[in-house]
Amino acid sequence: MRREVPIAITAVVGIIFLMSYFTPHFPLNVLHNSATDIFMIIAAFSILLGVLNLVRVNLEKISKKKRDWPFSIVLILGLLVMTIVGLGFSKGRNFMELGTNFRYLYDYVYNPLSATMFSILAFFIASASYRAFRGRNLEATLLLVAAFVVMLGRVPIGYYLSSWLPTNYHLGDAASWIMNVPQKAGQRAIMIGIALGVVSTSIRIILGLERTYLGGE
Amino acid sequence: MSEAIGLWIGALLTLGIFSFLYKDNPLYKFCEALFVGISAGYFVVISYWQIIVAKMVDVLRVGFDYWIVLRYFDFQSWLPLLGGVFGILMLLRLFPKIGWISRWSLALVVGTTAGLYFTVYLVSNGMMQVKSTIIPLYVAGDMSTTIGNIVVVLGTVCGLIYFFFSKEHKGVFGGVAKIGIWFIMITFGASFGYTVMSRMSLLIGRMDYLGISFGEFLKLLK
Amino acid sequence: MNFFEKLLVIDRRVIFLFVAVAIAVPLFFKVNLKVDITPEVRKVYDIMENLPEGSKVLVAFDYDPGSMPELQPMAESFIRHCIRKKLKMIIMGLWPQGFIQANQALEKVLKEEEFKDVKLEEGVDWVNLGYAAGNEVVIERMGSDISAVFAADYRGMKLGNLPLMKGVKNFSNIDFIYNLSAGYPGTQEWVQFAVDKFGAKLAAGNTAVQAPLIYPFYPKQLLGVLGGMKGAAEYEVLMGIPATGVKYMFSQSVAHGVVCFFVIIGNLAFFLTRGKRKSGGQK
Repeated sequence: MRREVPIAITAVVGIIFLMSYFTPHFPLNVLHNSATDIFMIIAAFSILLGVLNLVRVNLEKISKKKRDWPFSIVLILGLLVMTIVGLGFSKGRNFMELGTNFRYLYDYVYNPLSATMFSILAFFIASASYRAFRGRNLEATLLLVAAFVVMLGRVPIGYYLSSWLPTNYHLGDAASWIMNVPQKAGQRAIMIGIALGVVSTSIRIILGLERTYLGGE
Repeated sequence: MSEAIGLWIGALLTLGIFSFLYKDNPLYKFCEALFVGISAGYFVVISYWQIIVAKMVDVLRVGFDYWIVLRYFDFQSWLPLLGGVFGILMLLRLFPKIGWISRWSLALVVGTTAGLYFTVYLVSNGMMQVKSTIIPLYVAGDMSTTIGNIVVVLGTVCGLIYFFFSKEHKGVFGGVAKIGIWFIMITFGASFGYTVMSRMSLLIGRMDYLGISFGEFLKLLK
Repeated sequence: MNFFEKLLVIDRRVIFLFVAVAIAVPLFFKVNLKVDITPEVRKVYDIMENLPEGSKVLVAFDYDPGSMPELQPMAESFIRHCIRKKLKMIIMGLWPQGFIQANQALEKVLKEEEFKDVKLEEGVDWVNLGYAAGNEVVIERMGSDISAVFAADYRGMKLGNLPLMKGVKNFSNIDFIYNLSAGYPGTQEWVQFAVDKFGAKLAAGNTAVQAPLIYPFYPKQLLGVLGGMKGAAEYEVLMGIPATGVKYMFSQSVAHGVVCFFVIIGNLAFFLTRGKRKSGGQK
């Protein structure tokens, strides 16, 4: 019951979507559209599940005074402030209009934090390139050369470094050629391989052979 | 004035995150925890107004009106109720004793995704890519396109042969697989170059923001 | 330890400092470098130029503030183009932050010199449908019926009451789709569903991380690609309004030069000390 019903639901829904691709007529189209509409609402509840789990984990951290527990208070407070402001103090459904409290928090707290979190990767990528990027063999050297050509060719410095070469032979043109020819070929091979993998995994899931998504027990 | 204060709050938070580059410290941990909390709060607000109110309450209200006024049961309008039930089943995952029932909602999600992916990946990522690779190997009067097409076809075929692990990579087959790996190395090199570009762009944006904030500070001092 | 051995074990904070200086210093100099235009960006521009006045363009904002420096300039350029060509914009987002980024871009463009006297009416010239959860399933559903996904715009105004959305049932009533994407869900999903299943016309602006993954779709499935900040700069040059993208190109160039320099130095130090490491080395 605990595993059989979900496997049956997966199979039925999967087959509906498979068949509706080829015969998009009644009743498959109605079932397809209904399943899609339900999916979108479940997706929203999944977001709420993530948030509630986060709250649960951090409340546990605070109650058991685990390592760095004061920062969990900051987390919960941040969550509460943003939620209360967005739900109650920001013009209702027009919560994201310029001038609302929610928009103020989004523009001057959330925006800088989010943008900065990803930007510090620039430092680490430079450091990692310096320490680990070695042309030890032919394959690594090919990788290195391709990276160099693209890095320099995709910025104006590439033009200035290679402007003495004939037209169509500048670094920018070389970078374009790499992106549109060998890179595309390699990427395409990877994409086709992934597609075959996804297709086989999908059919295994629909047939109930793949059950790892159900978890233990 | 409030914009200037806002810019300053943003700048201080930005510097707080950057302080991690020196070493891990309480200011960074504060900013990190604040970021996670604010993000989670943001998702709650968006989920409420954009999904629960817009897709459930509003739609159910229409269905309810139909029933009350016209005694007509509009299936589409009542569907969000079923979605809501499945959604609540999903939330029961938080309770270990009855968490197993969330598998029903998960099964619907997985089944939908599996059913969709089977066809779209086969078509878009499989067949359309093969179709795009079937290109003329000789274009009269255009040597660069001819060479480009040959390289694309060669690269795709050799790359696919490299990923075929059911046969040992020896002899001619191994040689072709080796060419495939060269193309894949060029692909990764190009990806690395673009990744550097992307990360640097993000940092440039942040540095510019700090510059603008500092400019506002100088204006305030004047 | 000789000089090159010391170089190999240098504190990473020194590298961080070099990167920070390489990026910050050029920002003080207003240098607009020459930006060459790639065919994949020019195609997007040409498609937009050839759209008749009043055409409906769906703009999907699938990114968050983390990708703002790359995608926001693209969004602003694209909105400028839509306003200039008097195209109708239907805005939406598959990412929760996307539709707010759209509003930010629109507010900024409407304050600019060329556009500050332009009167755009919400619901007539543009509409922001907001966010829909469900990733690719949203695109799939919009392909048959947009109102099944968005019954109203983000403010709650019913689609049927909006003049812009009258007669817009699905992708067949939309002239062009432009997707700004930072990852999943994004351009690949739009290609898989909107293009291959419903025959829509699509071009994309991607972060530089995502761009190489999208190239296989170009040009048969994807009509054009703007990759990273360079793509944004190219579009600004084509529009004749150099803005953030072009401004950042100097910093970008110096930063790339610094990374290349570090890689060369690292390799040099590695190979020059390799012999010592192989023979067991002496301090």
